[in-house]
Amino acid sequence: MTDVGEVTATRSDQLLPAPEVDYRRAVRIGLVGALAAVFVGANGMVEVLDVRVLVYPILSLGYVFLFGIPFGMGYLAGRPPPTLEGYAEAEVGSRNVIAGLIAGSLTGAGVAVFTVFIDVVDISSIFIKITPGLAELLTFGLGTAAGFVAMLVAMAAVGTIGGALHLLGRRLKRALLYATFFVLLIGLMQVVVGQTEILRQVPALTRALYHPAGGLRLVSAVILFVLLFGVLYFAERPTRDAVQRYRGLQPEAQRRYRRIGLVVAIAITAFLPVLLGPFLSEVLNLVGIFLLMALGLNIVVGFAGLLDLGYVAFFAVGAYTAAVLTSPNSPTFAPEMIFWIAIPFVLIAAVLAGLVVGTPVLRMRGDYLAIVTLGFGEIARIMFLSDALKPWFGGAQGIVNIPDIPFGPITFDDSVSFFYPIFALAILFAYLSYALQDSRMGRAWMAMREDEPVAETMGVNIVSAKLWAFVIGATFAAIGGALFAAKIGSVFPESFDIVVSITVLVLIIIGGMGSVPGVALGALVLIGLPELLREFQEFKFLLYGALLIFMMMKRPEGFIPSRRRAQELHEDEVLQDAWIQTQKSPGQGDVGEEVT
Amino acid sequence: MAILETVGLTKSFGGLNAIDGLDFHVDEGEIVSVIGPNGAGKTTFFNVITGMMPPDGGEILFQGTDLVGLRPNQILGLGMSRTFQNVRLFPNMTVRENVMVGRHTRTKSGVFGAVFRTRAFRAEEAETRRKAEETLEFFGSRLVGYRFDQSAFMLSYANRRRLEMARAMASEPQVILLDEPTAGMNPRETIEIAELVGKMRDEKGFTVVLIEHDMKVVGGVSDRVVVLDHGAKISEGSYADVSQDPRVIEAYLGLDATAEQ
Repeated sequence: MTDVGEVTATRSDQLLPAPEVDYRRAVRIGLVGALAAVFVGANGMVEVLDVRVLVYPILSLGYVFLFGIPFGMGYLAGRPPPTLEGYAEAEVGSRNVIAGLIAGSLTGAGVAVFTVFIDVVDISSIFIKITPGLAELLTFGLGTAAGFVAMLVAMAAVGTIGGALHLLGRRLKRALLYATFFVLLIGLMQVVVGQTEILRQVPALTRALYHPAGGLRLVSAVILFVLLFGVLYFAERPTRDAVQRYRGLQPEAQRRYRRIGLVVAIAITAFLPVLLGPFLSEVLNLVGIFLLMALGLNIVVGFAGLLDLGYVAFFAVGAYTAAVLTSPNSPTFAPEMIFWIAIPFVLIAAVLAGLVVGTPVLRMRGDYLAIVTLGFGEIARIMFLSDALKPWFGGAQGIVNIPDIPFGPITFDDSVSFFYPIFALAILFAYLSYALQDSRMGRAWMAMREDEPVAETMGVNIVSAKLWAFVIGATFAAIGGALFAAKIGSVFPESFDIVVSITVLVLIIIGGMGSVPGVALGALVLIGLPELLREFQEFKFLLYGALLIFMMMKRPEGFIPSRRRAQELHEDEVLQDAWIQTQKSPGQGDVGEEVT
Repeated sequence: MAILETVGLTKSFGGLNAIDGLDFHVDEGEIVSVIGPNGAGKTTFFNVITGMMPPDGGEILFQGTDLVGLRPNQILGLGMSRTFQNVRLFPNMTVRENVMVGRHTRTKSGVFGAVFRTRAFRAEEAETRRKAEETLEFFGSRLVGYRFDQSAFMLSYANRRRLEMARAMASEPQVILLDEPTAGMNPRETIEIAELVGKMRDEKGFTVVLIEHDMKVVGGVSDRVVVLDHGAKISEGSYADVSQDPRVIEAYLGLDATAEQ
């Protein structure tokens, strides 16, 4: 240990001074912020989102969105440059704050100029979202001149705060940021929080927390903030110690803890619908159905690397098979089976559909595969819509009156009970994903994804590996489709358009391709959130797009990447240290002199 | 007796005859080097006999079976495996998994075994794992221990080449085709690889066909050398004979060099 200390000491004398916070960069960031702020104003987001009050009466979602931009830009501009090897660690000081001020005021100037511009020049005939309401919002109702100054000052102040955050210690900064975020989230989730069973049982608590006009009460917001801040600030160290201890454990012990964690998570999830109440269970069920589909597509795309853009076809096949077999209103052939009897036929239909799509695309890769599967997805939708097949599938009228799922003495007829079949299947599909990934077939899929010709040369039967991937993916989606049909009670061709395929693909990519927990998180965020935030519906795809671009640039492996994609260089060292500690015998000494 | 034999093998790309009526054979237990100037058709020859490209004409006989028309995985199953000139591993799979993929044709568990974790499945997985680790131990301490669980992309260049050989060996082939195993290696590593090629035959009993540019390696390990130029065999014999052959010198150095001699 002593030599390490000495080496560091001698080196620190020769370190170059750390680069300073760059003001020119702050200017660039500020101008980007101005563009972004004007954009969200001009496309109507600020005005639409202003309806949702977060903290009564001072803060609406629209303002959070608008002022989040100078704040974020100030934070970025004031961030100390990363410490490079051979350089001293950067010291924070007034430059960080000034950079934040520069970025914030430039953003503010952009918005302020924009408010004057829309006041002087009437462009509302082209940009229909630019309304008098927007102008009033952007000037805080003070009139153009006073509003100009107010906006400039407000945004400059927010940017300065963003830059000044870097003066605080890491622990304090994190606690502040997260506490603010959670308070705003609780304000935003008023509908959700208010719908939970606990708050419905105790109406007084709801009244104490939220203002009747919408949003958190100012007092409760402050109390919540203090509480959250305290917890986050003081729990940080114990949490980090616990994580350290967990990392230091033997793999067997880690596995045991993971298993306990899994059981606890499943138990909590099992009680969720009861706690959350019917409205939220409905949202949860939709998330669950998308999760079933996503787990299937994860096998096709994440494991086997076959980019399937027409995945909705399998979902549609499952839904229509279940509809025809169970509904009394099925036009020609209506055996009126109960749901569980129909399931084997759904599986057969899915396997056939998987083979129908899989066989012709056996020789295709990458882009070509994507285009052809895209075609198959459209073919499926148009087929169900067509007049030729109307006697079987009802054309545009679809099939209605699909009965609920019976289960012994009870029926899954409301959203709370319907959660359970979806939940059970999600667990089953997750298990299947893990089991298949860690098997001969899983390795064949991965090898095929990495390099198809080489996989074949190394003995992988490409034909069977591809067909198995398509067939298993198809059955997952078809089961999801059958549940969807029973949940909604009707099927229409319009429910199965290309957007479903794209959404499922996006949630896999954002969650983390090839990772089961990642897919679950992706479904929760991308399906659950838009359901809860009705105001966002209009901007859903705009936000999806922004999120995708951000993810591809900053975190292409997804939120929770699979183990393999997460491997970083330092993990390499950890592995090496662990191994060297177990190999104390001198005979293994030659490992160190590795020639690279 | 010839374990691998081609008769009149032809492959052309447009107007270019990459392989032009090649008669080639390897006897069991032999180490044969295939040499020739760049573009002579050596790698195309490997691609054609391993089924990655269909030949335009001729026969490929492996232990008396005609390989023409078989898929690459079937050819591997019969007992012929290869490495690639430009290392082609599965970079995001671990070292051990790369080698386990090599055992694909020697194992048979399917989707149902994996899902129900049957006794047969678990036994086969353990066996595959053990055999993979055993194969990696052939390369000494370089690819064992903590390296088992490293992704292949983390390995140094030389270790990638070693891993590729291990992957080819894992399928328990009779014939192993090595495409420039020492390309890009330093002299010390080159000597090590040359020794390993000898060990492959002597300890593991593989028949080895080697494409190689390093003449020290070729001279050191080969029982026989086959020289290709423009897809045709221009010379064949021991290294000493071939290196004196004027046609070989001409192919490598041009007509002037022969005239000067």
